[in-house]
Amino acid sequence: MPQIAQLMETYASQIFWLLIFFGAVYFIVGRGMVPKVMATVAQRDDQIAADLAAADAARTAADAEEAAWRARENGSRAAAQETLAKAKSEAALASETKLVAAQVGIDARLAEAEAAIAATRNAALAEIEDVAVEAAQDIVGRLAGVKVTKPQAKAAVKEALSHV
Amino acid sequence: MHQFTITPLAPWELAGYDVSFTNSALWMLITTVVLIAFVAGGMKRQLVPGRWQMAVETFTGFIDDMLEANIGDAGKKYVPYVFSLFMFILFANILGLLPLGVVGVHPFTFTSHFTVTGVLALITISIVLIVGFWKHGLHFFGLFVPHGTPLPMIPLIFAIELFSFILRPFSLALRLFVAMMAGHVLLEVLSSFVIDGTNAGALWGGVVGLPSFLLMVGICALEILVSGIQAYVFALLTVFYINDAENLH
Repeated sequence: MPQIAQLMETYASQIFWLLIFFGAVYFIVGRGMVPKVMATVAQRDDQIAADLAAADAARTAADAEEAAWRARENGSRAAAQETLAKAKSEAALASETKLVAAQVGIDARLAEAEAAIAATRNAALAEIEDVAVEAAQDIVGRLAGVKVTKPQAKAAVKEALSHV
Repeated sequence: MHQFTITPLAPWELAGYDVSFTNSALWMLITTVVLIAFVAGGMKRQLVPGRWQMAVETFTGFIDDMLEANIGDAGKKYVPYVFSLFMFILFANILGLLPLGVVGVHPFTFTSHFTVTGVLALITISIVLIVGFWKHGLHFFGLFVPHGTPLPMIPLIFAIELFSFILRPFSLALRLFVAMMAGHVLLEVLSSFVIDGTNAGALWGGVVGLPSFLLMVGICALEILVSGIQAYVFALLTVFYINDAENLH
């Protein structure tokens, strides 16, 4: 086994060159290159994380924008609705007032007309009474030759008329 | 066993020690160069990574996750060491498996030498000891006394735990060395069956050589898996031991 047979002649050379070459690997590769490679990896990870964060922030902003737009839209819709309702109720009120006023006018004219009719009728009735009283006096005087006083005739006519 | 033999390529003596540049050192150099080229290919630093960059980032992320999961945030500072360790062992294992013998170049798997794996294990244990004593002082010895140990048991438990701690670098180094060596020996034995069986005639070639060859194909796939697993186990145990030093219990 050369590892043991050659041990005494070669150990110094083996150790010497191993320290030189492993040292070279350690300082050139391990200390020189590996940190740069790992820095690149870390930089890429940071970049990805930053991009994800930016995308997330943009989405949050868009959501907030949309929510604000929605609130604004809802507000203006509600305002429009309110204006509409107000206009509607005002119009209804105005027409009602007008209607009431017209009704009052109509009622007044109706009452006036009824009063006029009633007055005319009363007048006509009174006239009929007078005519009837005179006619009754005349008829009685002519037929029976009895002179009837006016109040008597009037009472008789009234009685007879009440039966009509 | 010839494949494990170290042959000097450029003799060199330094302060009385023989530090010749050997075939083992050559493959350490090749591993280092290939590893640097691999990681450098992933340094384009593009925001949208290409395939190569993705592969390198997968490895760094793998080590980073392993440290994060086992040690926590304090594990970040060990990424350079554990990454170097894992990739160095992984590339050494796989480069040593390449079938370059076909074109006359013989790969040398230096992770099949315990002088190499031993040094790597000692570096890990040194880090554990330095971090442990630096952070916790003498409380670091509390690692050897688990919580809730009854008082009369403490000396015995302490001795056992200390012994198991001292054995850690050996188990760390031997596991990798044995796994790599066993795999290569197995392939060598099977390939000798294929060659000797075929040389002994058509009958033996059919009975011994062909099945051995088919088995070798499977074992080669298994060895690629073992290369990865052993590098992973070495790195994972290193992370566990550092976790002990970093967080005690």
